[in-house]
Amino acid sequence: MKITQGKINELLSESACEHNHKKDSKGKNKSCTQQAQPGAAQGGCAFDGAMIALVPITDAAHLVHGPIACAGNSWGGRGSLSSGPTLYKMGFTTDLNENDVIFGGEKRLYKAILEVQQRYSPAAIFVYSTCVTALIGDDIDAVCQKAAEKTGTPIIPVNSPGFIGSKNLGNRVGGEALLEYVVGTREPEFTTPYDINLIGEYNIAGELWNVLPLFEKLGIRVLAQITGDGRYHNIACSHRAKLNVMICSKALINMARKMEEKYGIPYIEESFYGVEDMNRCLRNIAAKLGDSDLQQRVEQLIAAETEKLNEALIPYRDRLKGKRVVLYTGGVKSWSIISAAKDLGMEVCATSTKKSTEEDKARIQTLLGKDGIMLEKGNAQELLRVIAQTQADMLIAGGRNQYTALKARIPFLDINQERHHPYAGYAGLVEMARELDEALHSPIWEQIRQPAPWETEAPNTEAVSDAEE
Amino acid sequence: MATITTPKKSVAVNPLKQSQPLGAALAFLGLKGVMPLFHGSQGCTAFAKVMLVRHFREAIPLATTAMTEVSTILGGEDNVETAILTLVEKSKPEIIGLCTTGLTETRGDDMEGILKNFRKRHPKLDHLPIVFVSTADFKGALQDGYAAAVESIVKTIPAMSRPVPLDPLPSQVVILAGPSFSPGDIQEVKEIVAAFGLYPVVVPDLSISLDGHLGDSYSAVTGGGTTLAQLQSLGSSAFTLALGESMRGAADILQKQLGIPYEVFPQLTGLGAVDEFLQALTDLSGVPVPEKYRHQRRQLQDAMLDTHFFFGRKRVALALEPDLLYTVAQWLRAMGAEIHAAVTTTKSPLLNQLPIETVTIGDLEDFEHLAKRADLLIGNSNIAAIAHRLRTPLYRLGFPIFDRLGNGHRCTIGYRGTMQLLFDIGNLFLEQEEAPAKH
Repeated sequence: MKITQGKINELLSESACEHNHKKDSKGKNKSCTQQAQPGAAQGGCAFDGAMIALVPITDAAHLVHGPIACAGNSWGGRGSLSSGPTLYKMGFTTDLNENDVIFGGEKRLYKAILEVQQRYSPAAIFVYSTCVTALIGDDIDAVCQKAAEKTGTPIIPVNSPGFIGSKNLGNRVGGEALLEYVVGTREPEFTTPYDINLIGEYNIAGELWNVLPLFEKLGIRVLAQITGDGRYHNIACSHRAKLNVMICSKALINMARKMEEKYGIPYIEESFYGVEDMNRCLRNIAAKLGDSDLQQRVEQLIAAETEKLNEALIPYRDRLKGKRVVLYTGGVKSWSIISAAKDLGMEVCATSTKKSTEEDKARIQTLLGKDGIMLEKGNAQELLRVIAQTQADMLIAGGRNQYTALKARIPFLDINQERHHPYAGYAGLVEMARELDEALHSPIWEQIRQPAPWETEAPNTEAVSDAEE
Repeated sequence: MATITTPKKSVAVNPLKQSQPLGAALAFLGLKGVMPLFHGSQGCTAFAKVMLVRHFREAIPLATTAMTEVSTILGGEDNVETAILTLVEKSKPEIIGLCTTGLTETRGDDMEGILKNFRKRHPKLDHLPIVFVSTADFKGALQDGYAAAVESIVKTIPAMSRPVPLDPLPSQVVILAGPSFSPGDIQEVKEIVAAFGLYPVVVPDLSISLDGHLGDSYSAVTGGGTTLAQLQSLGSSAFTLALGESMRGAADILQKQLGIPYEVFPQLTGLGAVDEFLQALTDLSGVPVPEKYRHQRRQLQDAMLDTHFFFGRKRVALALEPDLLYTVAQWLRAMGAEIHAAVTTTKSPLLNQLPIETVTIGDLEDFEHLAKRADLLIGNSNIAAIAHRLRTPLYRLGFPIFDRLGNGHRCTIGYRGTMQLLFDIGNLFLEQEEAPAKH
């Protein structure tokens, strides 16, 4: 796959992405074309995004063609779990040196691919280009093709130099690689009328495992997980699914839309967080698969799970009721987590809408009520200010903001990539309730906020001391 | 005398090494009010930041010039300028530590020229030190980037114009702390040096920036570390103690530029190494070794007696950066253990002196192969999977350590730190010996 400016523009203006629908349904995607600001930008590059989208394919080797920073500073750090193969956890890189930069790295890459194939027999090798190898003009497509012919193993080029854009764009670049080189290259042994693909769920902390048993009970077969705990072969067969279910993310929407165009697979956008969303997800899948029997089974399952859940949540409801939280996370997750928090009787007093679409925002506003604050952009200082203003009890955000909250003596819950607890599905809500309860009611808060006996004033605890009253 | 080998292969599998800019950032983070800035794509910064956050469990200031495809073609001058101006406005840094990356080194941005133009265009910012260091990702490793940054710091800041002339301070000593020293180690060094009536200026001083302490207010830059005033006063120091061989270059610069004599202490772990350090402090200050350390020495001697049973003839495989590798290898040998394998990241004059036949500049695939039949592995958290596969205990040391708490406070130097290390590693051996007996 060549990454040309045309290709990048196409990915940036992905028609199925609501970011690209302004009121007059024209114009370009605001957040995708947003240039990273020197000195202010946070977050990963396109290479990071491509790795996030593809590394969860567990039986593949992921080979980074670049200097040590790209792989050496990142390998093994992603939170997506596997039920079997561990090859994806290994860090492979050409680790370019000065000579390679001067004379070109294609030969080294070719040999590297052969070595990985011989020593580790992966189901496939994904080869990622980076800023430096793009800049010196290495033709990774040609090298991959040659190596694939030589080895008989699928070798997939992913043209993902970091400088082409954000993590989000990188996700889509990863999706394009799957569309062009993987999807539709194999046939499943058999198909059923209940075959679906899950797209954009990366099995962080094992979240999928809270949900897959539900599908199994309903007789729904997940043909391919794209890509959480994924297997190469299954993704290659994914074009035979009857329905694509996009989870909590616009990141791979290009895949869903193009699979609809090419293979006629309809897609729906769903979330696994919170009772309401989980229920809606199952109902929508059943409706789309168009089987009244299945729909009935879904209703039975929802009834049973809800009853079990209510029972399990009893110890937490009182302790969480009325607690005020500030939510700081990207995109669809915002409303998804708000809905989960509401299920637990908590009050969301502010949330970020930085990456949200207009549709998301409308939905968030309804969920928040009129007093809710929508944070268009934010940094650590802004976050602390809002927490103080709203007298919130805690912050729910990505790991990056963990220390901002903790240093200000504010309880914190991590909901992003690096977290260690699965919050998806019905079981996940119980887990989330337990974690929220622990964070909010830890006996440390009182001690941490207590001034030393020889201090006359309490330390600067901002919002927190007020909220406690 | 060890020979150095580099495996002939085209792919690095499970890299041990991290990039130079990451090392430079770590060094800069030991300065107060600093904002390290990577001139590269935003991912360069994001990856380094995540690693540092995971290791120290602290908020890490680290910024990016956010190079795009277009600016990569046209040149990064505007990005550098915008980034610095934005940081000045939003984060109010006292020092900016500017590092290049693989991207901008390959592109060939003329950094000297860019900074010269910046100074010309923004005379109002003349007071703001911008410490530049060239750190290509395709050369060297964390330790090299760290050393290069310290060299730039001591070269750049004392040379900037000073309003007041310096009085010579006979009691002020510069401590150049290498990358093998944790914040907890540096804290211990400062206490020891101060106990001799000397005033230590540590460069960089991670012990008050990344040690993990609760401040009173939010800061976008480092809240502690070597202050700008301290850096400007380096010239009035009487002596430089360079801790770690990689600090020799910086010590040399201080000697050449400011006439400060120096001595390099490659390690501060182990009875003999600490003895030498304390003797040097006595020679320097004229103060006899305080009773506190005489007592600690006797405690360490006793601990060596108690623990040596468990160390004798043990085969230990090491995967560490050169400074730390040398420290640990020498100390283990001094306890009667054998170095079974040694894998490291980059070149160093210390490698030839290691007490082993060959040392490999390689990755963790090499290490896994070489470490078979070892009794203990020592290295970073990425070795945990290997330890599991080889069914060999692992003692975590180096960077990054993300599956253990307290990395900001651990101390493995001085008599006290050496003793703790003896107990921690001794306990792993003890556990191993006890395990079969229980069945």
